[in-house]
Amino acid sequence: MTVVHEGPGNPLRDPQDRRLPQIAGPCGVVIFGVTGDLSRKKLMPAIYDLANRGLLPPGFSLVGFARRDWAHQDFARVVHDAVKEYSRTPFRDEVWNQLAEGFRFVPGDFADDVAFGQLRQTIEDLDRERGTGGNHAFYLSIPPKYFPDVIGQLKEHGLAENQAGAWRRVVIEKPFGHDLKSAEELNSIVSDVFPPESVFRIDHYLGKETVQNILAVRFANQLFEPIWNANYVDHVQITMAEDIGIGGRAGYYDGIGAARDVIQNHLMQLMALIAMEEPISFDADSLRTEKKKVLRSVRHPARLDLHTSRGQYAEGWAGGVHVGGFLEEDDIPSDSTTETFAAIKLQIDMRRWAGVPFYLRHGKRLGRRVTEVAVIFKRAPHLPFAKTATEELGHNALVIRIQPDEGVTVRFGSKVPGTALEIRDVNMDFAYGGAFVESSPEAYERLILDVLLGDPPLFPQHEEVELSWEILDPIIEFWASEGRPDPYESGTWGPQSAVDMLARDGRFWRRP
Amino acid sequence: MNIDLTGTNASKIANALIMARRQAGSPAMGMVLTLVVVMDEGGHYDAFKAARTVSREHPSRILGVIRRSSRGAANLDAEVRIGDGGSGESVLLRMSGDLAGHAESVVLPLLLPDSPVVAWWPSKAPDDSAADPIGSLAQRRITDTASVGRGRSAAMLTQARNYKPGNTDLSWTRLTTWRALLAAALDQYPARVSSGVVTAERLNPSADLLAAWLTDRLHVPIERSVSKGPGITSVALATGGGEIEVSRPDGVLADFAIPNAPTRPVALKRRETSELLAEELRRLDPDDVYAHTVKSLCRIADQPSVSNGSASSSSQGTKSEAKRGDKLKSGRKKSAGKKSTAKKSAGKKSTAKKSAGKKSTAKRSTATRAASSAAGS
Repeated sequence: MTVVHEGPGNPLRDPQDRRLPQIAGPCGVVIFGVTGDLSRKKLMPAIYDLANRGLLPPGFSLVGFARRDWAHQDFARVVHDAVKEYSRTPFRDEVWNQLAEGFRFVPGDFADDVAFGQLRQTIEDLDRERGTGGNHAFYLSIPPKYFPDVIGQLKEHGLAENQAGAWRRVVIEKPFGHDLKSAEELNSIVSDVFPPESVFRIDHYLGKETVQNILAVRFANQLFEPIWNANYVDHVQITMAEDIGIGGRAGYYDGIGAARDVIQNHLMQLMALIAMEEPISFDADSLRTEKKKVLRSVRHPARLDLHTSRGQYAEGWAGGVHVGGFLEEDDIPSDSTTETFAAIKLQIDMRRWAGVPFYLRHGKRLGRRVTEVAVIFKRAPHLPFAKTATEELGHNALVIRIQPDEGVTVRFGSKVPGTALEIRDVNMDFAYGGAFVESSPEAYERLILDVLLGDPPLFPQHEEVELSWEILDPIIEFWASEGRPDPYESGTWGPQSAVDMLARDGRFWRRP
Repeated sequence: MNIDLTGTNASKIANALIMARRQAGSPAMGMVLTLVVVMDEGGHYDAFKAARTVSREHPSRILGVIRRSSRGAANLDAEVRIGDGGSGESVLLRMSGDLAGHAESVVLPLLLPDSPVVAWWPSKAPDDSAADPIGSLAQRRITDTASVGRGRSAAMLTQARNYKPGNTDLSWTRLTTWRALLAAALDQYPARVSSGVVTAERLNPSADLLAAWLTDRLHVPIERSVSKGPGITSVALATGGGEIEVSRPDGVLADFAIPNAPTRPVALKRRETSELLAEELRRLDPDDVYAHTVKSLCRIADQPSVSNGSASSSSQGTKSEAKRGDKLKSGRKKSAGKKSTAKKSAGKKSTAKKSAGKKSTAKRSTATRAASSAAGS
């Protein structure tokens, strides 16, 4: 999925030379909200890991921007601690020293003109001292309500303008709005200042090796694609389950809920990758074209009350620990109707998927932490066995395990050893090798590198984001009119309504 | 789990593998390749450890072949290991007596069905690894000429002359980080390179390969100069606007310098064997760039009177080029500061030099021009 970046006639680059990694050109990253969790746990360690793998350009610089009274050294210490604690590759002094020389910190508020003036000065100094060449990516690791301020300031201080031969890019994290209207507003704010090709929306799921593997499994094999359609597939279940509660994210989570937080982005993208037609190539445009086709052809169930489900975790025993319910969490109002579990049924109106439902579910405080896509096949049209022999035989399934224990499972029937003929389901497992290696690249590494290289296939565009909202908005509106979500005991697989919703179709959720 | 077998044979070992897998409770096989490591008793611990580390990224069946004395009765001892530390299986095979000469008869039945086979010689390797009985079972053959005690450069040349598709050498793998930086340098400063110098310790197959690669890609004379090491200590490429230089005096941290930009430090560590091996196993098809590079290495070696395959053909050429290299080094610091003059003078001298050298192609004349101007500034 990578595009070959050839320097203009660089004789040392050869498309056959696949050992040579893509090293980003001279550049720097500016992180807003550098004191946040994401920045400390993911971004800083990922940047260090990239440097450790030799994928960052010489002279790379990192500028932190936050409302702290810090000097450059204080910032460097914060990064140091974050890297030591969370990086995936071993800590090496020489890599650290090389990287730390390029650290700068700019204290200030998002409304503070002086601070942005100082940021501009810092960037210009870096271009001179470190040779970053005017190429900078602005990573907005901040709540979306601050986007207009920051992006406005970037524009006002001339930080967003592409100078000749140099680039300026902006990276934004989900949520991309909380409904279609807000997503469009957000897009208009961003696109007012940055051209579409300079806007990188991070959906870290798309950076995962296993998600990219979906395309490999589907399109590199003859084995699966011929049966990847309504003739053979009964239905598809896409699950992302978390065993934890909302933790300290009450402020963000209340009013957002499971559907907006996860289904709108991660699960819709997974569905698009599973359902899309073969792209004509793996470049960004072709992939997006196919994904958009899927999202455009999504149809809602006629009765939202019967084919969707939402829940809220109640107190219970989860994994051997007694935990409180959602409404008992700090800073959550006791009458909150925010859902922590959401399941929806969608149809994709294409010849390939006619009549094949896609069930998407996400929840917190479920049985275990797991993300997977299960393609459940129809039963064999005829079974030439005695009925008793196949009583325990279920549907064949192909399961793409996204996390943890990344890999692929194929489930099929096999004879139980013994004189009697009895057939039972067995699993055939492939464990993704990279999963075992501590040093396999993390999603954020891949995505940050792609931002620096300007390689867009793994980033959703605003159209995809808006299409996903179009799908979700009517469901969320319907829920809003329905009062409270169904409570479910923590540590279980969600409310009874979720079970019922599949039972109506004569199906059941796979226990992932 | 470990199973030790003495006086055994391949089918007993295969049974032990299945038994060990069942007892580990996970009868599924997710292995992607068989790695045959041909080693000696002395170095087997480190080599096997590296192989098992790599098997975490590439789950594989590792067959360690240790040939003992060929005297005495034929005997095969095996150590079967599953789990602890690797993700896959490993078998250490010790062969003695006549069997030491027929190791492939034990290896063949133990190869995983259908999956690729990689052979690795961590120390001494056969001259023609593709013709070796074990090498011929593999589609990827990894040698390591830097591990040879004596005559490393000669060993590299032997491997180069006997190159067959699928061969590769860890001396080449060690270069990836260097090559990536040099390619990045030309990405950042896309100028025509007129000459270059690779400086490394005296016997260093990687440096020879790097010079051969640069010669092959840039079509300009590349000088090989000697330092105390460790490994490669610097690569300098002369361009019309000044010099590109990556220098790494301590084997850890390099200085990266291109014209019109500040010199910057870059971490450029010498990598562990397991990292090199992991890189090798990521691609199992023939490495065409390596093929071109070893061809270039042979060409350079076959023309001892010339410093490089594509340069001028007289013996005088060698000397002058060597000299030019020296000057180029001494004038390095200055040339960066006086870019503009250097460029100007380059333009002036072009006519004079063109006739002097009788170079036939435009490319070459520019090369000479730029080099001499750099030396003059």
